[in-house]
Amino acid sequence: MRKRDLVIVGGGPAGMAAALSAHEHGVKDILLLERDQYLGGILNQCIHTGFGLGFFKEVLTGPEYAQRFIDKIETVDGIEVSLRSFVVRLDDDKTLTYLKPGMVETIKAKALIMATGCRERTREMVHIAGTRPAGVFSAGLAQKLINVEGLLPGKEVVIVGSGDIGLIMARRFILEGAKVKAVIEIQPQSRGLIRNIVQCVEDFDTPLYFRHKISRICGRDRVEGIDVIKVDEQLQEIDGSGFHIACDTVLVSVGLIPENELIEMTGVLLDKKTNSPISNELNKTSIEGLFVCGNAFKVYDLVDSVSFDSIEAGRLAAAYLKGEG
Amino acid sequence: MRKITCIECPKSCSLSVDIENCRVVKVSGNRCPKGEIYAKTEIESPMRILTATVLAQGLPLKMVPVRTDKAIPKAKILEASTELKKIKITKPFLVGDIVCENFCGLGVNLRVTRSLKIEK
Repeated sequence: MRKRDLVIVGGGPAGMAAALSAHEHGVKDILLLERDQYLGGILNQCIHTGFGLGFFKEVLTGPEYAQRFIDKIETVDGIEVSLRSFVVRLDDDKTLTYLKPGMVETIKAKALIMATGCRERTREMVHIAGTRPAGVFSAGLAQKLINVEGLLPGKEVVIVGSGDIGLIMARRFILEGAKVKAVIEIQPQSRGLIRNIVQCVEDFDTPLYFRHKISRICGRDRVEGIDVIKVDEQLQEIDGSGFHIACDTVLVSVGLIPENELIEMTGVLLDKKTNSPISNELNKTSIEGLFVCGNAFKVYDLVDSVSFDSIEAGRLAAAYLKGEG
Repeated sequence: MRKITCIECPKSCSLSVDIENCRVVKVSGNRCPKGEIYAKTEIESPMRILTATVLAQGLPLKMVPVRTDKAIPKAKILEASTELKKIKITKPFLVGDIVCENFCGLGVNLRVTRSLKIEK
């Protein structure tokens, strides 16, 4: 079995920053595994601006932010990038198995950084009642369909939840010629950044309903509409306040959750509620030499903070390999 | 006085703007100089950067992300998005390459926001 000094799982902003930082701190044998055919992770589908003000002191789109790291990684000899490489197994001695087109590889890492990001909470996790027709998407999936695959998931859209991805997608659907009929938020304010409320919702006069919830999804084969109802301060439905909105698509934007199924296989302790590793220190886990960074460690609002903290993960891994960790 | 939210950075400062005859005369609540410029532009002639995708043809990517390199008038955003549908990219590109000069006659360039190199 082949041995590597440092293996990093995930070639998004966290994994790339960790790789470059570990290299700068003296690690010269780094394998960066990415399941997609490009580096960049979720930034590749985040085509809007708003990235980089903290890290690069200028406003960039997601792909531009990613490209700066990709270009740097390409010039570094000690970092081997393996694309279309999907890790399927991880043991507590940092042995990992991954699939690559046409092969299965097993390697042992002296140190391991998991930068596997997060995934979206789903309709099921927020218990939206009604039928189960086609046309219900998580906001980030719709973002990938439009921005990467070039497919428009629907023409009359209602967005449930006012997280940043939902707000960004409200604008994106409108720019692609679809109609956004409403954004529904159960809380009295948005969980997203105020600037996204301004430039993604108010700019286009899209109706935004605070203290409302979706009570039912209607439609047999395809979404035909949703029932909406007002809630009081205890989030209880107010009788008689319900109304119907006809639509063919529902986007669910109700938050993100770290993706940590791989380290769960090693027995690393995870917080059951947040799915984050239980840890007293940034990027560390209950297993020595196994680090987690970026959205897999905790869900961040800004990629700039992911980069800063993942640089620290690279430094920690380098120190561990030198026997100082 | 009008209240607006600055969108220059994630701090999202709440700005109080004094307006006389459609002109901004005083801005307060901003935590940096960008806020004052933003308030003036937002009230007098609001501007936005347009980000979108255009179709690729004969390349491993289906959609190519693009942006205007400077902000364009908010009122022109929808018109400009429609114009994007006419564009096709057929050759590999580097981040920052110009797709369309003086896009829609707005005095800005449309640029790609990622690189696609074809390995030989």
